[in-house]
Amino acid sequence: MALRAEFENSSDIGVFAKLTNTYCLTAIGGSEAFYSVFEGELSETIPVIHASIAGCRIIGRLTVGNRKGLLVPHSTTDLELQHLRNALPDSVKIQRVEERLSALGNVIACNDYVSLIHPDIDRETEEIITDVLGVEVFRQTISGNSLVGAYSVLNNQGGIIHPKTSAQELDELSSLLQVPLVAGTVNRGSELLAAGIVANDWTAFCGITTTSTELSVIESVFKLNESQPSKITSNLRASLIEAMS
Amino acid sequence: MEYIDSRSSTSSNAGATKILCCSCGALIDPNPLNQCAACLRTHVDITENIPKQGTLFFCRNCERYLNPPNDWVACTLESRELLSVCLKRMKGLKDVKLVDAGFIWTEPHSKRIKVKLTVHGEINGGIVLQQVFIVEFTVNNQMCDDCHRTEAKDFWRCMVQIRQKANNKKTLYYLEQMILKHKAHENTLGLKNAPDGLDFFFSAENHARKMVDFLQSVLPVKFTQSKKLISHDIHSNSYNYKFTWAVDIVPLSKGSLVCLNKKMQQSSGSIAPLCIVQNVANTIHLIDPLTAQMAEISGVNYFRYPFSPICDPKQLVEYTVMDIEIIKNRKQFPGQGPISFKHVVADVWLVKSSELGINDSMIHTKTHLGHLLRPGDAVMGFDLRDANINNDEFEKLKSENIPDVILVKKFFGDKDNRRRARKWKLKHLTENAGGDTDMENDYNEFLDDLEEDPDMRQHINIFKDSKKQQIAVDVDDLADPSIPQITLEEMLDDLVIDDVEMGEA
Repeated sequence: MALRAEFENSSDIGVFAKLTNTYCLTAIGGSEAFYSVFEGELSETIPVIHASIAGCRIIGRLTVGNRKGLLVPHSTTDLELQHLRNALPDSVKIQRVEERLSALGNVIACNDYVSLIHPDIDRETEEIITDVLGVEVFRQTISGNSLVGAYSVLNNQGGIIHPKTSAQELDELSSLLQVPLVAGTVNRGSELLAAGIVANDWTAFCGITTTSTELSVIESVFKLNESQPSKITSNLRASLIEAMS
Repeated sequence: MEYIDSRSSTSSNAGATKILCCSCGALIDPNPLNQCAACLRTHVDITENIPKQGTLFFCRNCERYLNPPNDWVACTLESRELLSVCLKRMKGLKDVKLVDAGFIWTEPHSKRIKVKLTVHGEINGGIVLQQVFIVEFTVNNQMCDDCHRTEAKDFWRCMVQIRQKANNKKTLYYLEQMILKHKAHENTLGLKNAPDGLDFFFSAENHARKMVDFLQSVLPVKFTQSKKLISHDIHSNSYNYKFTWAVDIVPLSKGSLVCLNKKMQQSSGSIAPLCIVQNVANTIHLIDPLTAQMAEISGVNYFRYPFSPICDPKQLVEYTVMDIEIIKNRKQFPGQGPISFKHVVADVWLVKSSELGINDSMIHTKTHLGHLLRPGDAVMGFDLRDANINNDEFEKLKSENIPDVILVKKFFGDKDNRRRARKWKLKHLTENAGGDTDMENDYNEFLDDLEEDPDMRQHINIFKDSKKQQIAVDVDDLADPSIPQITLEEMLDDLVIDDVEMGEA
């Protein structure tokens, strides 16, 4: 199920929120309307946390995370880090990264298994990503843009990437990430997908201007219609049992 | 509205993905707005800054359109000129690129003009759209400045005053006919008879200038220009003048006797001082009646050393030729100007027709009309013996060099008879008030000259007089061969508009 939301009259909700399978961060806004959209949808399953990074609200672009961990830029204050550590589930590792490209959300796109990163990211950061997020890392660009985090949104079932991506590149990325990809837009034709969408395996939030066509593309590629948290856990359990046995 | 892909080179490369149009879901190539043309059209209008209605101002009197700010252009419906006027009235065309423009037919009486425009416009994201739209113009009536001035009877800006300061007005009549023939008066707003000539009124300076140029080309004239300030605007530095050209025509007419000064004589091939004006065209043609030597004096030359006539055609006296003897061997001298071979110099012995039978003493003189005169013919000449001439040059002449009589032209019978026999007429610039016998005599003399001089007739349109019948078709049909007449082949039919009252049915 994909929902529309807006943050203080802006439809770029991906800038102000970060959503993974185990937690959700939202910016501290003037009103609680934005927060309550997330809370209403997610509070039963995962914690929805107010957060800021270096005093800024643009947490969605500054951080990157998945089920297993969360990376925050070096500008994050100790207090903020402490708050996040307190609020996040214990299973989630949190790590501050000394990376020149500090808008981690723009330079890293990841789901729970793989990630695409900006070609210029430090090798140390790459190692941290591997360790903390527990993902395979690929240095990539998307249709000539090196801000892979800004032009793609991934979950474990699928991903949506920049509309100008050629079919060949789409195939390459899809085989790299091992998930189906689709070229699409959000917020009535915007190419900045990560700014318009936050998604996890069973839910997604889009900017308020997103059209129904875009919404249906998002829902179908992220396979949100058939997926519920319970279903995922059962799937997960099944695969775990399979792996264990 | 169609979408023109400015980046077609990049997007049409092989293997481009198709995306769904963000609003309708149609499969399209990705573009900067990621929307299909149909959806773009619903929410982007590149022509929204262009008003779809406008007003054109049209002057009903002169049927011209206002081309702002204050230019009036005559243009027909659906013409290129009208389109440019319409486009000029449109605001907001600078933001878009105009690709095509044309008219959509509308009923002329509807006072609506529809212009169909095709424009290219760039919207945010560098995407170029083409859109076709229609702008409707309402045609409003507004009287143009020129018509307004005409209506207010304050319409002339320039005046050309033609004056001839002479007793005889034949040259003016000739000029009138030249103007009519060449339609030089086409642009005049009006004309007025003045005591010594005509006044022409014009709305534009160049029309008046054209008229003056025309006058210069047909007659030796001298002109002065003056202007009078009507109003002026210190802010725009524009001045409003009324211009006047005063055009002086040479005060000579055909058949006048002139006395040349030394300088003029020398510059004209040492011609004798006493000459007859043979013709006034764009130069003055003189002939010496005693030797048939000719001279041509240009207008410039004339006005440098002007001379006035010492005898006018009015002073002509009728003589009867008693005897004539053609002079065979003419005296010639080096440096002599051209001599006419149309004329024959002869010794003639004359008696005044009024004294015929009373006075037997014959007057001897020489004449250039030897080819026309027979003994017994009547001839017109100036009597220099009895004439009272006040002219400095004339007084310098020795009395033995002055002939008693100078013959000017042959006399072809009674004036009234000739007038009655005249079966043609001329057109006039103004309705002649008539009445003045002097003027009428001058005019009849001019008509006589026309009958006698075929060369002069060439420059003039002669019309059949429908009131008088039985015009000689050619020279053989002439009733009285002695009187020079104009044949039908030289005449034109006048346009007659018979305004017959419409009947009841």
